[in-house]
Amino acid sequence: MANAKKVVLNPLLDNNPIALQILGVCSALAVTTQLSVTLVMCVALTTVVAFSNMFISMIRHHMPSSIRIIIQMTIIASLVIAVDQFLQAFAYEISKSLSVFVGLIITNCIVMGRAEAFAMKNPPFISFLDGVGNGLGYSLVLIVVASVRELFGSGSLLGYQILPLVENGGWYQGNGLMLLSPSAFFIIGFFIWALRAAKKEQVETREFRMAGHTEAEEAV
Amino acid sequence: MSSRESINKTLLVAFCLCVVCSIVVSGTAVILKPMQDANRVLDRNKNILSAAGLYDPAVHSDEEVAEMFAAFSPRVVDLHSGEFLSESEVSDLGIDPASYDQRTVINDPELSEAIPPEQDVADIKRRVIYPMVYLQQQDGELSTIILPVNGYGLWGIMYGYLALEADGNTVKGISFYELQETPGLGAEVRNPRWQALWPGKKVYDESGEVALQVVKGTGSGQYQIDGLSGATLTTRGVDNMVEYWLGENGYGPVLDNLQSVSGD
Repeated sequence: MANAKKVVLNPLLDNNPIALQILGVCSALAVTTQLSVTLVMCVALTTVVAFSNMFISMIRHHMPSSIRIIIQMTIIASLVIAVDQFLQAFAYEISKSLSVFVGLIITNCIVMGRAEAFAMKNPPFISFLDGVGNGLGYSLVLIVVASVRELFGSGSLLGYQILPLVENGGWYQGNGLMLLSPSAFFIIGFFIWALRAAKKEQVETREFRMAGHTEAEEAV
Repeated sequence: MSSRESINKTLLVAFCLCVVCSIVVSGTAVILKPMQDANRVLDRNKNILSAAGLYDPAVHSDEEVAEMFAAFSPRVVDLHSGEFLSESEVSDLGIDPASYDQRTVINDPELSEAIPPEQDVADIKRRVIYPMVYLQQQDGELSTIILPVNGYGLWGIMYGYLALEADGNTVKGISFYELQETPGLGAEVRNPRWQALWPGKKVYDESGEVALQVVKGTGSGQYQIDGLSGATLTTRGVDNMVEYWLGENGYGPVLDNLQSVSGD
């Protein structure tokens, strides 16, 4: 049971899929302008990772290695389509604003990465928990990014106006950059900085060191 | 180990997986389809009502939307002649008014056409010949005409509805239900405060030309609407959209027709 707890909690800060593994950044840029949309995306992704991990782990002993990746993709794609159909039926407004990004969960590196790295080697239940943990790790970063972007970009959180905007007669001038995708890069960057300042062991060793400047030798 | 990698086992696993996954995918799609269709219709109706200035998401529930929408009758028009088609003409064209979606027939050569480049001020390339407009009757009198419109903004085509008063000349409201404009700048065309500038403006001047304009900066008079600052190209897109759809190549003939047979 201690192991299960570790599998779920480890990806939150110690082995965060976005901050440490640097996976799944593209959707972190695209769906974080509004917190409500982000929350639905997080639930969708966590569901898909958890169940894809579970199903892949269940049939891992029967998977011929030659078509292993195709089998994983088929399972992930089917789950994503099912999730997309559910969103269109039960949360139409949000599925409209998520548009293609639900479909793009298929290509989210976290899902494939966890299937290959964990579910292929571990039993179903612990794989399911690993999926939940990684989904939550992804959600944590997205929620932080979306809170900052919605608060400073639109002056609201979850649609409730906190900083009254100039356009609506208030005093706060919305920060246009926060509404555009590149701002998520900065926020994720600051997030990783803060995380690695707190947890020094995550800092990568330098791959190379710049040598000092040397005088060019005269060609003979 | 060898049996798992054999060709027979590989084919068997692939086959079983495909069957299971296709059942899951088609099952969810088929079972949830009625709910999804209902959502789409509800969403469209909300957009139509908000163009007419009747819908406020904070106030109205989904049931009230259905109730209010009952006052609107969908009518298919022929953009070539400007005529309203009768029920038999509509069914001759193979259009079922209940499920007709003019967005899906945009590439159907029977029902749509390319717009000649010199007429295509809204930069939309193709249009349906038989769009569906909505007429609201109040106490037996026509009170609102709602026209589906679209035009190219900065990043893509914007889709919306424009509502006119029964005189076919006074704007009642505008709404957009799909666009790709920049959030915070061009996408402010969805801001209710900007949309509130539209009601009461006039479309046509004395000579019958489209005089309604979205201008850069602050507009003045009954024909001008303030542009959005920081969104010049989106503003121009909305301006072009109005010029095309209310002009003689768009709904102009339909509106003329409606005046001559007013009360139809």
